[in-house]
Amino acid sequence: MSQLAFWRSGSTRVLPGFGLSMGISVLFISLVLLLPITGLFGQLANLSLAEYFAIITEGRVVASYMVTIGAAAVAALVNAVFGLLLAWVLVRYEFPGKRLLDALMDLPFALPTAVAGITLATLYAGNGWVGNIIEPMGFQVAYTWVGIALAMAFTSIPFVVRTVQPVLEDLPAEVDEAAMSLGATDGVAFRRVIMPHLWPALVTGTGLAFVRSLGEFGAIIFIAGNMPYETEITALMIFVKLQEYDYAGASAIASVVLFVSLALLLAINIWQGRFVRRLHGGKG
Amino acid sequence: MTLPSSFRTGLRRSLLAAAVGTAVSGMTFSSAAVAQERELLNSSYDIARELFAAINPEFQAWWEEEHGEEIAISQSHGGSSAQARAIMQGLRADVVTFNQVTDVQVLADAGLVAEDWQDAFENNASPYYSTTAFLVRKGNPKGIESWDDLVKEDVQMVFPNPKTSGNGRYTYLAAWGFAENEFDGDEEQIQDFMRTFLRNVAVFDTGGRGATTSFIERGIGDVLISFESEVNNIRSEYGSDDYEVVVPPVSILAEFPVAVVGENAERNGNSDLAQSYLEYLYSEDAQRQLAGFNYRVHNETVVAEFADQFPDTELFEVEDVFGSWEEAMENHFEGGALLDQLQRR
Repeated sequence: MSQLAFWRSGSTRVLPGFGLSMGISVLFISLVLLLPITGLFGQLANLSLAEYFAIITEGRVVASYMVTIGAAAVAALVNAVFGLLLAWVLVRYEFPGKRLLDALMDLPFALPTAVAGITLATLYAGNGWVGNIIEPMGFQVAYTWVGIALAMAFTSIPFVVRTVQPVLEDLPAEVDEAAMSLGATDGVAFRRVIMPHLWPALVTGTGLAFVRSLGEFGAIIFIAGNMPYETEITALMIFVKLQEYDYAGASAIASVVLFVSLALLLAINIWQGRFVRRLHGGKG
Repeated sequence: MTLPSSFRTGLRRSLLAAAVGTAVSGMTFSSAAVAQERELLNSSYDIARELFAAINPEFQAWWEEEHGEEIAISQSHGGSSAQARAIMQGLRADVVTFNQVTDVQVLADAGLVAEDWQDAFENNASPYYSTTAFLVRKGNPKGIESWDDLVKEDVQMVFPNPKTSGNGRYTYLAAWGFAENEFDGDEEQIQDFMRTFLRNVAVFDTGGRGATTSFIERGIGDVLISFESEVNNIRSEYGSDDYEVVVPPVSILAEFPVAVVGENAERNGNSDLAQSYLEYLYSEDAQRQLAGFNYRVHNETVVAEFADQFPDTELFEVEDVFGSWEEAMENHFEGGALLDQLQRR
């Protein structure tokens, strides 16, 4: 009875401090997230709708979307495959240097992206360690869109590994052993038992990697070559507009990237909700 | 809530810059500030680090001798458009020493620099100048002597993107000016020339130093195009055995404009210091140092001393060929203007 009385008194929550913690959270989000985005849209208010569409559909800018989205998609898919593999290796096996490899996974987050870009360009340029081996074989990486995808893959790999890893850790090896003991082959156990648990995390990680790649500038700019219509990324188009003191134009292009990113993240969230409900037997 | 509109624009701009520009700013600060001293902040272009690191101590010594006051000078370096943006957003620089007339003009249009800033100091407020020149690989294997050698089929060039770099804009305008003269103003031929010229670019870096890295460290291209001062400095830094400097017979005059940021200097109590600092750049000592950094100068004694270092070149001004900087920007570099048209596929 006394417990019921506690429930009813004032707050409907057991945990105290909701007002304060929520208040601080909202303030923080407003300052670091909502305010800059509001500023971005404030700039857009200087444009008429026709001007806005003229800017975002200009040929060179559209070409940059293609380059950026194409390379980001390749980078995200490559990261999905290798990120999953890396997470698997890090969770399921014991080997010397495991802790080191685990720590290394966060390096792309810690390293200034410009440093990453310059390093990649140094390695893959025609006279670099990697470049002077692969270029005679006919593969050019630096100053092509492959280089762009490479830089994107580098900066976004932690997203996949770090989202898949904890889920895999919660999935004991006994689960696949049970599947095998019931007669499942390796492939079936992987597809029907393990993957269903990993999909939401893998898709989220891949989505985050993709979105991160869309906005990347520092790492890419040194390895892209920046040739109009061929290897210009959208972030460079924004940079060019800023260079021209065209704040509204820069905001217009940035808003396209923002909308694409938001739409994708939202879609993943919705899909994930449904998937998880279906997985646990609820009505989807 | 009502805010002064200038504050609001400023706020919006800084927010935008924060949103889209964190990764792109390449600015650095170096400061030798000691408490209590007056401190002058000079906002300058990217590749002037070494230059002002050499001149500042001389000025400090001179000022102390003249006025018995110890002062500190801080430097801020970055692309000069980015620097101008930073000042409009509140960086309290007392003076600007830029490599772009347009970037000072932007500050003048914003009311931060006096409208008649070009008359405030001699030579259009440009204490030193340079031109656009070539750095080629040893022995000049492609035989590059002038602008028309650059449109040959087997020549690959490296110069920074005219869209993001003032240095790159000079290169573009220099080539255009050459073609204008060569083809007697025939627009179609000039544009054909420029189209080929732009097609021979191997890599477009965003700034001058990036282009240098591509040419030197990555081994890309047959020729690097940059300021004469920069290509000479590169050659002395990376070895005169591997590279040669070619100054074309006709090229563009590149001014390096300076101005006092009036409002800031006044607020910082540095008006006299700022004025004096920029005047000092015209003194014989400073001009000699500038010439040592391969900039062309006006002081006749110094010009005579360094005569061997600067080949005779016919230099045309932006105003001669393009009317004014404003028109050059509008007709060539703005979104959808000639540069965009020439690069369109």
